[in-house]
Amino acid sequence: MTQMLWQKDLSGADLVFRGARVLDPAEGIDARLEVRIDGGTIAEVAEKVDANEHRVVEAHGLVLAPAFVDPHVHLRTPGREDEETIASGTAAAAAGGYCAILAMPNTDPIVDSAAKLGSLVETARREAEVPVGFLAAITRGQRGEELTEMGELADSGVVGFSDDGVPVASAGLMRRALQYASITDRPLALHCEEPTLSHGGHVHEGRVAAELGFAGYPSVAESVAVERDLALAEYEHGHVHVLHLSAAESVDALRRAREAGVAGSGEATPHHLVLTDDAVRSLDPNVKMNPPLRAEADRRALLEAVRDGTIEAIATAHAPHAAHEKEVPFEAAPFGVTGLETAFAALYTHLVEPGLLPLETLLERMSAGPARIFGLDRPRVTAGAPANLVLLDLEREWTVGQRPFRSRSANSWLLGSRLSGDVRMTIAAGSMVFE
Amino acid sequence: MTSIRLVGDELRPPEPPPRRHLISIADLTCDDVERLLGTARTFAASLERQVKKLPTLKGHLVVNLFYESSTRTSSSFELAAKRLSADTLNIKSAGSAVDKGESLKDTALTLSAYDPDVIVIRHPQIGAPQLVAQVTEAHVINAGDGKHQHPTQALLDLYTLEDELGRLEGLHVAIVGDVLHSRVARSLVQAFALVGIRTTLVGPPALLPRDFPAETTIDIDSIREADVVYVLRMQNERMEKGENFVPSLREYTARWGVTPERLRPGQKVMHPGPMNRGVEIDPRVADAPESLITNEVRSGLVVRMAVLYDLLTGGPVGVQELATAEVA
Repeated sequence: MTQMLWQKDLSGADLVFRGARVLDPAEGIDARLEVRIDGGTIAEVAEKVDANEHRVVEAHGLVLAPAFVDPHVHLRTPGREDEETIASGTAAAAAGGYCAILAMPNTDPIVDSAAKLGSLVETARREAEVPVGFLAAITRGQRGEELTEMGELADSGVVGFSDDGVPVASAGLMRRALQYASITDRPLALHCEEPTLSHGGHVHEGRVAAELGFAGYPSVAESVAVERDLALAEYEHGHVHVLHLSAAESVDALRRAREAGVAGSGEATPHHLVLTDDAVRSLDPNVKMNPPLRAEADRRALLEAVRDGTIEAIATAHAPHAAHEKEVPFEAAPFGVTGLETAFAALYTHLVEPGLLPLETLLERMSAGPARIFGLDRPRVTAGAPANLVLLDLEREWTVGQRPFRSRSANSWLLGSRLSGDVRMTIAAGSMVFE
Repeated sequence: MTSIRLVGDELRPPEPPPRRHLISIADLTCDDVERLLGTARTFAASLERQVKKLPTLKGHLVVNLFYESSTRTSSSFELAAKRLSADTLNIKSAGSAVDKGESLKDTALTLSAYDPDVIVIRHPQIGAPQLVAQVTEAHVINAGDGKHQHPTQALLDLYTLEDELGRLEGLHVAIVGDVLHSRVARSLVQAFALVGIRTTLVGPPALLPRDFPAETTIDIDSIREADVVYVLRMQNERMEKGENFVPSLREYTARWGVTPERLRPGQKVMHPGPMNRGVEIDPRVADAPESLITNEVRSGLVVRMAVLYDLLTGGPVGVQELATAEVA
């Protein structure tokens, strides 16, 4: 199998966890168990394991779970290394409990050839703290005109294809992309936006935009594109993954398509699951994202879809921006917020603690779900598997922004928020990457 | 809701704490509006005297920072500050460091080095006044930000309405035209709601914002039922080619232009300016005795004096004394 994840050389950990609640929903494990890791591989999971003179982590009261996989991250490299590098972005991922992240190709230049991918892979091998995979563009330069050389890109190890940041506007070209991508067995990760409907919009078209005077970016701008691409995927038997779903209508379309047997998957971001367009009343540029925050009914539809599995993955859409780019009037600010270091705590605090989402479901959607969509090995707590583990302290409260971000950017929608649930330790591909 | 009472000869006790900024009508209570209009009324009386200058804000600095063209608003803020003896500094984006790519934050920080008491800002982007308020110590007055708010326009329109019609509560105003792109309409709808004025928004379907919390109709004939018809400027410069909000200005004028035939005899008409005569408003309407358009401009001066005064002193205490004082 082609290698799709890269990181720097780190030594495999020798560790024993004692006292933790081991929670691996995909394996059906929820028990107080001990776990021994020998040289980065899980050697034993049992009620009592031999320490073998390894370091023993006393984890009473903590949860040990499969580490997270983020299918949607912007590492800004190459081009905007002032905002994020592979080193800083993967360090942020480690602090957020991730054992793998997938980087979007909308960098400068765009990742649209095997040569450009090759240079990123080299950098990742030098500096990535956690394994990182790369998506390549669907169209050259993401211009929406000509397909990239998907065959060579797949052979070189891309995990999928995406023009994220801009939609593939032409239905005909999307069809060709689906036809050709079938030779690669990689999904197309789609930014679904009909640009003639979203044109100029900064905020969800609804009461808040009307009152504040923003040009509206209506739900239908997303849902017509979702409907179109799912119809094309059905026709061409292709696999499409819908990025950052925001509208109830889009969720309905995805649910119907999946019921009809279409190979369609979807992801939702923490901010779309927690906030609504009401947050825009603050005019804080850190609640400006594309797609925009939508209405409460949309948020509930997303949450229901995460619960019932229509949405299989939580994605941060981590989008770092330089401070000076966000310190401008709301209308002038770029879209996007960071998320790697806050995703679990935000969702634990706002969805799990109030009883809106079971912890098991959250863990599955942050780990096994995204791994499945992109054909990656599922992080698991089982003997023989590489150690990809996160140790969570559900009791610990912390304030976002009080400790420095590992990301080079601080455009978090949660700045100043008090959250509960914290990552105590991350083991990625057998190595201790965060403690 | 009670109608606006005017500050009479008696002085009212200091009530709510001073507001630091005037960014949106949504930041105001009915009491705030009442107090501001009362203060404006007092200033109007003072302007009838021979010496029109008051010493009230002597030694204060008011910076007018305009990133968009403006005649009425910029001139009336400048004159309002001068009538109150404040120093003024007028910065226009053209010809300033903005031309060299300076960010709004840096321009605001630069100006704040002079310790201005008030920064009046007009900017094409929603959220600009908030940013200035965050990065400086000055009181910030929003003189129009994108399509968001133009609060002093709404206040001066309330003043004009009360001056002409003797009351606010229970009036019915039809706002006609390009509501979607109008910051004036957004401020007016909120201000009218505060004081108990019924509002009907009238215009072409694509120029009425979706889910706007107000009565809306596409029927131009409905304006006859209102006490006052408020005509909005047809914002050509906001209408990018190919947007097709309306097929043409000609069609717009034929369907929604405010003409004498569409008005009741004697029906009052307002317009925030600048007008496109022959587009949204028939020249005969603009020039008719029922037109309150020049009254609005006059109200602008005293209302902006009241806003400056209110922000810097925190209320009406001493208005009368100051109003009767001579320039030192």
